[in-house]
Amino acid sequence: MSTLAEWRGRLAYQPLSLGIVALATSAALVVANQLTRPAIFAAEERDLQASLIEVLPEGFADNNLLKDTLTLTDDDGKPVIVYRARKAGTVTGAVFQNGARGYGGELIVLIGVDTKGTLLGARVIRHKETPGLGDKIELAKSKWIRDFEGKSLESPPTEKWAVKKDGGVFDQFAGATITPRAVVKAVKEGMTFYAAHRQEILEGK
Amino acid sequence: MNIDTRRIIKDGLWGNNIVFSQMLGMCPAMAVTTSGTNGLGMGLATTAVLICANVIISSLRDFVSPQVRIPVFIVLIATLVTLVDMSLNAWMHDLYRVLGLFIALIVVNCAVLGRAESFASRNGIVASAIDGLGMGLGFTLALTAIGLIRELIGAGTLFSQASLLLGPNFAFLETTVVPDYGGVLMMILPPAGFLVLGLMLAAKQACEHRAKEPSVPRVEAAAGCH
Repeated sequence: MSTLAEWRGRLAYQPLSLGIVALATSAALVVANQLTRPAIFAAEERDLQASLIEVLPEGFADNNLLKDTLTLTDDDGKPVIVYRARKAGTVTGAVFQNGARGYGGELIVLIGVDTKGTLLGARVIRHKETPGLGDKIELAKSKWIRDFEGKSLESPPTEKWAVKKDGGVFDQFAGATITPRAVVKAVKEGMTFYAAHRQEILEGK
Repeated sequence: MNIDTRRIIKDGLWGNNIVFSQMLGMCPAMAVTTSGTNGLGMGLATTAVLICANVIISSLRDFVSPQVRIPVFIVLIATLVTLVDMSLNAWMHDLYRVLGLFIALIVVNCAVLGRAESFASRNGIVASAIDGLGMGLGFTLALTAIGLIRELIGAGTLFSQASLLLGPNFAFLETTVVPDYGGVLMMILPPAGFLVLGLMLAAKQACEHRAKEPSVPRVEAAAGCH
């Protein structure tokens, strides 16, 4: 023990011990990353698959949506991955995501649409809205997001795709208008995107 | 070595509470305490990390020289939190979806560094583990209390969505105190974190003052830490 205490006071001990700690922790991180990566990847894929299924009615698709994708570019030149739902080989609908700027940052909405352009379901999969106020856009906290089901760009007409405060048909929440407004915008943009690319999505390889 | 478990736990829960006495971990204490459930989740995750960090640092205390101890502690704690984050994400993914937000935030909680510096680096492994537990529980208590007050005034509920965090068996915790409550927006926004914390600190001071204890705060934290 006394020799260790002696060593600890020397100059060379400081960089050496720091180096050893840095090396050991980096090694631990590398090993942990290698060990956990496949499991994390699988878990995230399961999450994605589960959320894709959630925006489609039960029994709507019999294929693996993750394996049937199409990458398109939207009006801003950003790539959009479209997951196609098939039943017995024919495309029955598509799922894709679209983002908009909310109150606390970007929020991402996953949208499921059938071949005619009717919205089957929408879910906010990522957001940073105020807890207790803006987070009513989550299905776990409020049924609000289900209001979108069955809507299309014809009903309600495009100009009614807004929150009630802006003369539209969708409710806003008490104390939070920016968040629902952003969700409505994201869904509306998604629907417009789908209408513009419907042919490609339904027939593309 | 004689370990005074009772004193260490009492110190963590009240006498030297991370939030109310040491004034550490203010960032998570005010950022996540918008509801009792959030406070509880953050508190429990921090407790787990505190115990592990204290044990590791205590077992390495003879090898770490005083000159480089701070960087060594920081690297160890950051690595530990990252490892917990990765393994939860990989093998307990359902829990991770609820706690994931809190885990990464523990790195910025300098209470962990504070305990490493002021307790684990000077005491044995068992005592350090007990200290981690006591401090963690005190932190959990403080965060849950702040969260509950803000939630009650802000939204009229207590422990809302507790079943998402603790499992469906704990759904009984979820209470709506005031039905059809309009809500007080400010209590959920950041300013109320300062407000409630300030009032609770004042209450604790008053309480100690009345008990005729000399109210000299026993701050033993790492320098330059908030």
